[in-house]
Amino acid sequence: MQEEMLLPELDEESAPFFDYAAAGELRVQRCSACGTRRVPPRPMCHACGSTDVEWELLSGRGRVWSFAVPHPPLLPAYAAVAPYNVVVVEAEEDPAIRFVGNLVGSADGPLNEIDPESIEIGEPVTVVFSSPVDDGLGPVVLPRWVRAS
Amino acid sequence: MRDQTAVVGIGTTEFAKQLESTERRLALEAIASALADAGLAPSEVDGMACYSMESTEEIDIARNLGFGDVTYFSKVPYGGGAGCGVVGQAAMAVAAGQCSVAVAWRSRKRGARASRPWAGVAQRVGSDQQRWTRPYGLLRPVDEIAVLTRRYMHDYGGTRDHLANVALGARHHANNNPAATMGHKVMTREDYMAARWISEPLCLFDNCLETDGACAVVITSAERARDLPQPPALLHSWAQSLPAQHQTMTNFFCDDPLRGPAWACADKLWSLSEVGPADVDVAQLYDAFSPLVILSLEGYGFCQRGEGGPFTDDGGIEIGGRLPVNTSGGGMSEAYLHGFNLIVEAVRQVRGTSTNQVRDAEFSLVTSGEGVPTGAILFRSDR
Ligand SMILES: [Zn+2]
Repeated sequence: MQEEMLLPELDEESAPFFDYAAAGELRVQRCSACGTRRVPPRPMCHACGSTDVEWELLSGRGRVWSFAVPHPPLLPAYAAVAPYNVVVVEAEEDPAIRFVGNLVGSADGPLNEIDPESIEIGEPVTVVFSSPVDDGLGPVVLPRWVRAS
Repeated sequence: MRDQTAVVGIGTTEFAKQLESTERRLALEAIASALADAGLAPSEVDGMACYSMESTEEIDIARNLGFGDVTYFSKVPYGGGAGCGVVGQAAMAVAAGQCSVAVAWRSRKRGARASRPWAGVAQRVGSDQQRWTRPYGLLRPVDEIAVLTRRYMHDYGGTRDHLANVALGARHHANNNPAATMGHKVMTREDYMAARWISEPLCLFDNCLETDGACAVVITSAERARDLPQPPALLHSWAQSLPAQHQTMTNFFCDDPLRGPAWACADKLWSLSEVGPADVDVAQLYDAFSPLVILSLEGYGFCQRGEGGPFTDDGGIEIGGRLPVNTSGGGMSEAYLHGFNLIVEAVRQVRGTSTNQVRDAEFSLVTSGEGVPTGAILFRSDR
């Protein structure tokens, strides 16, 4: 049984997202040819077929689109903090650009820091970035979300 | 291929939370039972179709049962989304002349190593379905559907009472079905509301069962079907769908996440049918989670978007209601075999042999998983 919280396996398409996160930036792929944004990152633009991309800097502001509150049975590291929230956030720039994450009180706060009963769909949130987590395969910084002040 | 092929045999093993038998033996038992029901010898089988998740290879099934020279075999991916596509592809192969007698099946053990969801999970998760969700604790299918359900409730005013209607309807039907693993257990609305959370807003009874067992069907031409012992269940129409920009289960990254694969599947299904939703007498709607039934009612056109919840009120999806749904108890109260028992029950309804029989059922719909690339079949009685 996996004892630790999970981390993303990085590949050619996803690595830049986490590299930018490590620099404190929330960026998304944008087609260089036609400007269509795409999340999650992937090799080809579905609108025009181009494989040329830029990474557009977002404001980091968004709204809670929806959320779940998982309860056990869960992997041990998650069961230890359950119930916790998992939010889906829509970006201010484009409501169809969404990110899965956690609403926390501060960048390295526990997943159960916010009372799930207090979370509302539509509430404004701002991205923050966790401290690097290193499982031996290299440090990873995860974007997380706090309530907009 | 409308009305040109038929399911002529159905077979199931015992359903239970845990069975001693292996997935291979269960598959063989269910297929042998379906062939016996069809009155066909294994040596006549020349077509095979199954789920890509099936653990027993075609060569193994064919050699054990003593099939003839098999000239068509195919697999369909996406777990619970596969079932209707598996049967539909086998029927299409019959209609196209690639084979004459095809079997389709699903054998599954929840206790089997391969089906334990967390066996061998590494700390690093890949694939676009997992990398962007799992690290944040969106770990299980129920968590993914919980996100969609909460948004659905927000947008359309859906309630836990609507979800309870789905769970209670399934249980009421199961209470009349001796083969249902929950057949002997009564569930009340109070039981539902008191159940523990699994992933809010979904509780224990919004989830399907975990079942060991297998189901199989036999498909041949409608012409041949009329010479066989069982009343044919004609494949009036069938369809699959993997809609534009869909991402299986975590379908959060598109313009309209609540409009799942059911809509595109329904468009194709009804375009190939002589009838529409209003002509359907009974439906088996894939129910890994209760909200999927409500979404499917909308997707297949039994009501408008947002009206799936109220459709279930006042016994709307029970025998005698607007549209009896999951009349065997379905995945929530009979058995969860990635939806293949729903296909068997849809056939029973046009045969007239369900333990919750809809009187004179002519058109019987069955759907595969909503939220994943999916399929659907509209069976028709031959009269
Ligand atoms: Zn483009």
